[in-house]
Amino acid sequence: MEKIGIVSYGAYVPRNRIKAEVIASVWGKDGQAISRGLGVIEKSVPSIDEDTATISVESARAALRRCNINPQDIGAIYVGSESHPYAVKPTGTIVGEAIRATPMLMVADYEFACKAGTAAIQTCVGFVKAGMIDYGFAIGADTSQAAPGDALEYTASAGGAAFLIGKTKVIATINHTLSYTTDTPDFWRRAEMKYPSHGGRFTGEPAYFKHITNCATALLEKAKTHPEDYTYAIFHQPNGKFPVNVAKKLGFTPEQIKQGLLVPYIGNTYSGASMIGLASVLDVAKPGDRIFLTSYGSGAGSDGFDITVTDEIASLARHKAPTVAELVERKKYIDYGTYSKITKLLFME
Amino acid sequence: MKEGVARFWREIPQRYNFLGNVCSSCDRVFFPPREACPFCRRKSMGKMKEQYLSGHGEVISYTVIHVGPEDFEEQVPYPVAIIQLDEGPRITGQIVDCDPDDVKIGMKVESTFRKIQQDGCSGAIYYGYKFLKSHNSNK
Ligand SMILES: [Zn+2]
Repeated sequence: MEKIGIVSYGAYVPRNRIKAEVIASVWGKDGQAISRGLGVIEKSVPSIDEDTATISVESARAALRRCNINPQDIGAIYVGSESHPYAVKPTGTIVGEAIRATPMLMVADYEFACKAGTAAIQTCVGFVKAGMIDYGFAIGADTSQAAPGDALEYTASAGGAAFLIGKTKVIATINHTLSYTTDTPDFWRRAEMKYPSHGGRFTGEPAYFKHITNCATALLEKAKTHPEDYTYAIFHQPNGKFPVNVAKKLGFTPEQIKQGLLVPYIGNTYSGASMIGLASVLDVAKPGDRIFLTSYGSGAGSDGFDITVTDEIASLARHKAPTVAELVERKKYIDYGTYSKITKLLFME
Repeated sequence: MKEGVARFWREIPQRYNFLGNVCSSCDRVFFPPREACPFCRRKSMGKMKEQYLSGHGEVISYTVIHVGPEDFEEQVPYPVAIIQLDEGPRITGQIVDCDPDDVKIGMKVESTFRKIQQDGCSGAIYYGYKFLKSHNSNK
């Protein structure tokens, strides 16, 4: 059977960081307790000149540096985000031009809260499988917004990852993928609003846990596998607690999720979150490793992926772009004043 | 404003991907691209070939901007450098993700994709190159 999957990958995380404790102190809260409660030490903050388009371009360019693919052979680019720079005008065209993949190219922007990027992977897998394209880029990136003082302010961060999907020189085969979707209003943002609204406690059990658990269980059934068959598991990570709890509930160990759990150090990168986790796993993966990924997007749905790393990963020039660990380490701390200046300017109405 | 959008659109190959050109008579590289080679003049007519540059280069000189133009005033202080690209041309570019004190003459730099400016809150957003200290440069 033809192997379809990931041919290359790249990630990007802006350099600025702000500690959860620093945000807490501004609002007169106990920073250490909040940090511990959320499982988030610090989060990434974009620079004034960074947005979802620049993060997408940097991720895609990192993926192209690692492989020898002619960008003109890329037949599709799908960018998933909830912070596309324009309300009308695609981010994908900017990426297409910046990686010289235009003009014979299918492009569209996706939106599905934090799982728009993994939905883009599924689209590309389908097109490659149908023989309509040789390669497709699936990108998930965000510069997510939170109202000052809102609980989300401790986690809403910025970052992204890009996956080149194809059927030649596949470094990680996507064996199975499926989704679990319902209409659940746990988190939303109306078109004219600057910051999102959320359903408070409603966001946990009937939303994140229900969708991830049902999706993951269906995937294990379809793949005829068990949690212990996987080397690594990645779950959407809106904070440091949810993915740990859902993994435990499903029977995955802390060792399996460690490599793909970045939220304590960079926060919740929304559409980038599970994808940066996957990039981090691919940074260290060896042939034969099996990877389990379940994303989550409010609204709500989960995309599940059963992935097997191939021998080709040894030939990919992984060193030609920074690893996720290196991106996490490249940081500059900012104070709340700088942070609020940046976020105010970024999300100007 | 409309004029700005049209001009920017025409310059996208240069701003996004360093599309320059080379004189096939003397092999000099130009960025931005030129109609004719100023050294070979008529000899170069019709012999200018498009070439994408790497976006890698070296800081020749720099200054730190403390009072920026309108679109940049929120970024001050920030370094702007004259950069000699590896292929030869010299260009001016902003250096980002780097403390002004850390910029050095001779520092290796590489391009990064950033937002350059925007026409207010409702206008177009212009993207293009800025520079970072090279990942492989320890200087
Ligand atoms: Zn010449």
